[in-house]
Formats: sequence, C-alpha cells, structure tokens
Amino acid sequence: MESSPLPSETSGSRTAVGGHLPVFALVGNPNCGKTTLFNALTGLRQKVGNYPGVTVEKKVGECFSQHGKLMRLIDLPGSYSLAARSPDEAIMRDVLLGRRADTPQPDRVVCVVDASNLERNLYLATQVIELGLPTILVLNMMDLAALRSVSVDAAALERELGVPVVCCEAASGKGVRELRLVMSREALPPSAWRLPLPAAVEPAVVYIADAATRRPHTEPSARARAEALLLLTEQDKEELEVAGSRHSPEAAHARLAEWTARWRAEEFDWRGAIIGARYEAIGGICERTVRRGETTGETVSDRIDAVLVHPFWGWVALSAVMAFLFLSIFSFAEAPMNWIDAGVAWLSDLVRDAMPAGDVRDLLTDGVVAGVGGVVIFLPQILILFFFIGLLESSGYMARAAFIMDRLMSKVGLNGKSFIPLLSSYACAIPGIMSARTIEEPKDRLVTILVAPLMSCSARLPVYLLLIAALFPSEAVSAWQKTGIMFGMYALGTLGAFAFAWVFKRFLLKGAPPLMIMELPPYRLPSLRNVLLHMYERAMAFLRKAGTIILGISILLWALTTYPKIDDAALADGDSAIAHSVAGRLGHAMEPVIAPLGFNWQIGIGLISSFAAREVFVSSMAVVYSVEEDAEADARPLRDALLDARWEDGRAVFTPLVCLGLMVFYVFAMQCISTTVVVRRETGSWRWPLFQLGYMTGFAYLAALVIHQGGRALGWG
Amino acid sequence: MEQPNSTVSVRLSSLAAGATAQLRKLPAGGTTFLRLREMGLLPGTKIKLVRRAPLGDPIEIEVRGYHLTLRKEEADLIEVAPC
Repeated sequence: MESSPLPSETSGSRTAVGGHLPVFALVGNPNCGKTTLFNALTGLRQKVGNYPGVTVEKKVGECFSQHGKLMRLIDLPGSYSLAARSPDEAIMRDVLLGRRADTPQPDRVVCVVDASNLERNLYLATQVIELGLPTILVLNMMDLAALRSVSVDAAALERELGVPVVCCEAASGKGVRELRLVMSREALPPSAWRLPLPAAVEPAVVYIADAATRRPHTEPSARARAEALLLLTEQDKEELEVAGSRHSPEAAHARLAEWTARWRAEEFDWRGAIIGARYEAIGGICERTVRRGETTGETVSDRIDAVLVHPFWGWVALSAVMAFLFLSIFSFAEAPMNWIDAGVAWLSDLVRDAMPAGDVRDLLTDGVVAGVGGVVIFLPQILILFFFIGLLESSGYMARAAFIMDRLMSKVGLNGKSFIPLLSSYACAIPGIMSARTIEEPKDRLVTILVAPLMSCSARLPVYLLLIAALFPSEAVSAWQKTGIMFGMYALGTLGAFAFAWVFKRFLLKGAPPLMIMELPPYRLPSLRNVLLHMYERAMAFLRKAGTIILGISILLWALTTYPKIDDAALADGDSAIAHSVAGRLGHAMEPVIAPLGFNWQIGIGLISSFAAREVFVSSMAVVYSVEEDAEADARPLRDALLDARWEDGRAVFTPLVCLGLMVFYVFAMQCISTTVVVRRETGSWRWPLFQLGYMTGFAYLAALVIHQGGRALGWG
Repeated sequence: MEQPNSTVSVRLSSLAAGATAQLRKLPAGGTTFLRLREMGLLPGTKIKLVRRAPLGDPIEIEVRGYHLTLRKEEADLIEVAPC
C-alpha cells in the first residue's frame, strides 16, 4: 500500500518529500482536541495571523519529523462538514481544495476524530478523505471513549477507510510520537474511500464533476467528484464566498442549476438523499469497528450539568464564576502591578542619572519609559483575564453559559453564541470580534461585532483605575467601594451593548430569528499547557502593541508636547511651555467642544491621542503632566499630578463630576484603531467600522454631556 | 431502522425532559435544517430530550451519543414519534 504510486492529480510536488517543506492541514470537528494536538506537535513554534480579506485566524506552526526534518502544520477552523455554513468553515473548505492563493494547498491532511463520538465525526472525515489527498486519521480521546465503554478497532478502521489510523490522547501526549512517525513517512497513499452514491444522484454528480474537473471528458478526479458533492449539499445561491478565495468553475454551477431545477420539480430531496447515504455508510463502518460495552447511564458530565445548568443553581454558578473572574482581576493583579510600577520608576531614574540633561534624556524618560510603562503595567490583569477565559472555554463551561444565556440574549435579538464573543470582549474586543465568526447568521454576527467594543475591555482598566484613584484620593475608601464603581462602569457598558444591539436588530438589521445549534461538549479537565500557550500568545500580542503603536504614539506625543519650544523668559505668570506646543494648541482648539463636558485642553490632548488606543490616555496624561513639571523634581504618582491640576482660576480640574464624566466617556467611546481595522477586515468595507466609530463616539459625548451638565444643575462639582 | 410502535407524531419541542423518541420528519430546506441533518438528525434517528435551559428555551437533546442544543422554534418543526 505504502509504496503505491500516486495518481496524476496528487503526484509530483504533492508527495511532500521533494525540496519544499511538506505542508499538513489539521482538520476536525469543533471540540475534537485538534488545537491540543496542534499545540502538542508545534509547541512554541507557531504563528497566528489572519487570512487576508477575512478575519479568520490563520494558525501555522512548525514541527520536526521523526528524522528531524522540518514540517509545516496549518490548523484549520473546526467544522462539522466540508459544506460551509460560516466564513470559518468556508476557509477550511477553500484551503483544503487549494482555492486560496495566499495558502498553498496542503500536501497531506491530518484529520482528527473524537473516538467517543465517532459516528458524527466521520461525517467530516469521510468528506475529507474523498478529496483524494494523502490523509492520516487520528483517533483522539481514546481515554474518554474508554470511560464511556466505547472501544474502536483502529486496525479495522484502517482497513475500512484505507488511510493510516493513529490512536491518540492528545491531552496527555499519548500517541503524539506515533503520529509524528506516520507523518514522517516518505510516501503516504492517497486516500481511496468513496461514498457509495444513491442511484438517483449519481448521474448528476458525474455530470457536475465533469465540469469541475480540470481536464473535461476524462475520468473525473477524486477532487472533482468531491467538489460536485459539495456543490450539491451547499445552500442554494448562498454558497459562502470568502474574500481571497477562488471559486469552482462557472460551468459546474450551470450544470448544478440544471439538475436542481429538475429535482425541485420532482420534489426530490437530493440533499437528504446524499446526507442520508453518508450516514448509512458511516453506520456500516461503525458497526464493524466500534464496540459498545454496558453503559452506566449517567456520565460525569450529566451529573455536573444537573447542577451547572439547573434552573436555580445554574444562575448561582454563572454569577459566581463571573464575580470571581472580575474580583481576581483586581485582587491577584495588584502585587505584580506594583512590581512593574517600581521597575518602571527604577528604569526612569537610571536613565535620568546616566544621561546628561537635554531633549534626548527627556524623550527617553517622559516619552518612552513613561508612555510604555504606563501601559505595560496592565499586563498582569490581561493575563489573568485570558487565563480565566481559556479555562472556561477548554473545560466546556462556556458552551453551558451560552445555553443558559440564550433566552436572555434573544430578548435583544442576539444569540447565546454572542455571549462568548461579548464575554471575551471584556478582555479585548479584538479576540471577541474574531470569535463572533462562529455565529452563522450574518446579521447576528454584524450586530455582535458592532456592540462588542462596548464591553469594557482591559484597555479601559488603566483609565478607570487612574480616574478612580483621582476620584478617591484618600485611603479611607475601601477596595470594595472602588470595585463597586468599577463594576458600575462594566455594567454601564454591558447595558449599553444590549440596548444598542436591540436598537440595531429592531431597526437597522432586521432579520430572521437567529440560529442556536450548538454542541455541548462533555466536561474536560482544561489543559494547563493550552491555556498557558493561549495566554503567552495574547501577552506577546499586547506587548507588541505596546512596543510599536503605543511607543510610537508616546514619542510623537512627547514631541508634540515639547515643540516648538518657548523661552522660559517669554512665559507670562501661570503660563506653561506645553500650552505653546503643537499639542497644547490642538487641545486649546478643541476646548470649545469639550468645555461643556468639563474637560480642559490637557484632557483634550488625551482624548485625541487615545483615539489610537484607550490606554494611551494614561500615558498621555503622564507625558502632558510630567513635561509640565520641573525636570529635576522626583517622579511622583500620576494620580497626584491630576489632583493638583488647576484651571486658570484655581478650581480643581479633576473634580468627582469630571472624573465620572470622563470614565463614562471612555465606557462608550470607540477608541481603538486596532479594533476598527479588525472590524473593517471582518465586515469587508469601511461602512460598518465608520458607523461604529460614529455612533459610539457620538453617544459617549452625549452621555458625558448629560452627566456634567446634569450634575452641575443638581449642584455637584 | 426499526419502526416506532406509536403512529402518533408530535413536535420535538413538546417532549418531556428525559423522554426519547424517533425522528420522523424535518424540513428539507434552510441552513438550520441542512446543518442539523449533517449533524446526524435524520429520519429514523433516536433522540432524547435531555433538558430545557433554565429559562425554558433552548432545549438540549442527545443524538448519536452527543449533546446538542437548538431553539424551541426549530424543535417545533421537527416531528418525532415517542418511544
């Protein structure tokens, strides 16, 4: 078998032994352990990006063969079928079919199936095998299957499907070596299993495959046959098209239309016939390969769910999980944040002592160290948030949360599945918006994307923390009260997200009620390794952002606040050099617009600069107020600098009312260039990100205005 | 496939928690039902209604050895024969 020559379409460079790096595609159902396996194989040798034109994560990693040869592994989004129902699945289909110009067609496929759930998993696996690429089937979660008294005869399965089958427990690393060994084989036979076609459908498949094949009127290739089957089971005319992909030939579509018109007239359910035939074939395979022992009835998952999805205890558990999540962000992060703070101060002093006074020294201390340090300090909180989200996701609880929340979410026209993107947006809107791609209905996805940035992301934390500190300068106020205000800001953003979602669904994006087809995977002990890898990825992304965008803006801002310079002698009493700088003039120019909110021109500078990213507000304030200071003075907490800030007439700038208004402004304002760019890529045009920018910033202004003017009318501040 | 004893068809959504039934019929068109069929909900398939969500909707079913949720609205359109 192993040495059999490959047929024409999959030969040559496809054999993966030539000069180029062999490329493996990793495919499988959601929750089948694919990502765990990818991590086990590649470790830290992975890169995460996006497919150009779509916000579907592109995960590529490298691993070594048993003989030390480098191999490339593409992790494709989890999917139940090759017939796509979401952009994620369309990417998987197109990469496997070699339809994407930006991704080489994989030479080989590693198809992961859950041994405890073989019947459904084989639906996708057989579709993949039919593509005719050399395929390795990984029988994962053998341990879980054994727990359920299910045993799969791997050798028999290998005979049935004609592809190598490797038993594996990716979570514990068992079988990974064996898989690597099979992946390292010089030659793998092209997969040969084909679905026995129902007689009524066969002529159509042959006819369409003939048009889809590259050399018409020859025996249709495996791939053309698979493509014809796909066309027949995809949604009419709504076939998901993804930017950057090539499509099947027009001629094939014309032939498809011919046949479907005929079948419609005959009221023949051709899709049902094809899907049914596949399950029938799979049923036969399972009968011959799977043995089921006595089942004990109730599984561990059932027992856990009896509590966690209980009509009463389910809510208690969900609230407890969320409360614990937010409390830990604020309590566990405190110590490491203090260390980073001390480190930044030490670095600043080091530079100050080591360099002669002058612009370069000021640039380093006031621009670089103050700017970047002010943002890096929030790394611990971001790590904690991603740790919890990773834990909830990989344990299987997130799906339960979506199940419990669906009814509530549907009240505002959303979907339980929006709960996960919205919850992850508490960490950062970007992964949140990216995880919205699991929502099939385009309008639901769009609404989720539009409101996701309203969830208070971790970039707002620095702003909240700074302003809360300024609001309560005394130590008399307990951590609980501060947490209460923080909670209020989170609640305000969340309420805003739901209110806007309702408005958008009701008036702007009316559509059919959303789908809610979701698998509830069995509970699993989360893999710490996976969670840590995920955190590492996010931390690096955050630090990269801090090192590039925020560093750049900090330097630019320092320059804008420093130049043009003015002679100290020329300054009138109470005047400052920064007021004459470019930034000062911009801030002054903004004053008529922001004065009704109680904001001064220094805050104006912060507002402008933090359009790039919210947390820049903090570093801007640090730069604006430290540049103003006497260069020789000791560094002091930014909080105190804000408290000392005065209007010309001596009134304090950061009154409680102004702090509150500013916080609420940051709850609603869309100030994150990265998110805007991601939304642009996700929605395919500038229309929606600009709309989002407009409605959020407009509403933020309005809310801050109402608070300030209302508060003053009531005699506060 | 063995035929259900009962000849009565009821809506999947009307089953009691813990009840099992055999799938009779589901709509042929639409993304939802196409996906449900690809996930193994075919005429003749055995289904168990595991539970309803705390607020009554969606419902959780067990099919082909795994758990799946769907909304009442879709479950209303699926005909099953209790067994």
